[in-house]
Amino acid sequence: MSLWEYANPVKFLRLSERVQPWLWAGAAICLGVGLVWGFFFTPDDFRQGSTVKIIYLHVPSALMAINAWFMMLVASLIWIVRRHHVSALAAKAAAPVGIVMTLIALFTGAIWGQPMWGTWWAWDPRLTSFLILFLFYLGYVALWEAIEDPDTAADLTAILCLVGTVFAVLSRYAVLFWNQGLHQGASLSLDKEENVADVFYFPLLVCIGGFVLLFLALVLYRTGTEIRLRRTRALMARETRSATLRAEEA
Amino acid sequence: MPDLGKYADAVLSAYAVSILLLVGIVVLTLWRGRQARAEMDAVERRSGRNG
Repeated sequence: MSLWEYANPVKFLRLSERVQPWLWAGAAICLGVGLVWGFFFTPDDFRQGSTVKIIYLHVPSALMAINAWFMMLVASLIWIVRRHHVSALAAKAAAPVGIVMTLIALFTGAIWGQPMWGTWWAWDPRLTSFLILFLFYLGYVALWEAIEDPDTAADLTAILCLVGTVFAVLSRYAVLFWNQGLHQGASLSLDKEENVADVFYFPLLVCIGGFVLLFLALVLYRTGTEIRLRRTRALMARETRSATLRAEEA
Repeated sequence: MPDLGKYADAVLSAYAVSILLLVGIVVLTLWRGRQARAEMDAVERRSGRNG
């Protein structure tokens, strides 16, 4: 069995519908447990006070905002190289979810920044690259909507996605490239020494799991919707052609 | 409800905005999905009838 079998829309829909209930349930459980644990059962930080509770929303959403773009990049590359329509539709389906994740990261960052940094916003490298990533997301969705031919739209949005990847990478690594910004280093890392204290770390991991599962559930569901919309358009075009032919014959 | 001290507004507004956005995208996604499924079913039925 090959992964490319799922480039077939029918097989993709069949697999997606089998997996989705588990993803939705997993997302609801992880988000419910993680957010309740983080909000109600973790202490205040000695410096940040209760604003540390914003970490359970800010870190997972920022992580998903960047990784959603990387998922779109992989799907776009598959479209460019192998011309699988499902991959182009998956990239299209992921963009609005990425917008929401970026908005949450920007809002929660600003709300946290005001009491901690004394400002809602600073032209810090990470914040700025994140804002540009948000604008790329908007541009990506607008480009899909602006072009009527779906294959041309998929081609052009795939190129936009490649260009926007620069800002996704910058958003991820800006805190390492530049030291002059306000934004602190990564809260989580595979290197255990850089992580937040365990009391915050475990609920944060559960919340990250919840955001990942929610993202996957949303993208699979939305890709199914895009496939159905495309089939509806194809059927309607066929109906119009048949009606025109019948009218010409009469 | 935990005592959020002087940062209560900040913490509560961060949670309110985020939960609203998450619920919003989920509701919109499900609503559009159902609409697309109903549209496709209707067109398929019509196409089937017309051969």
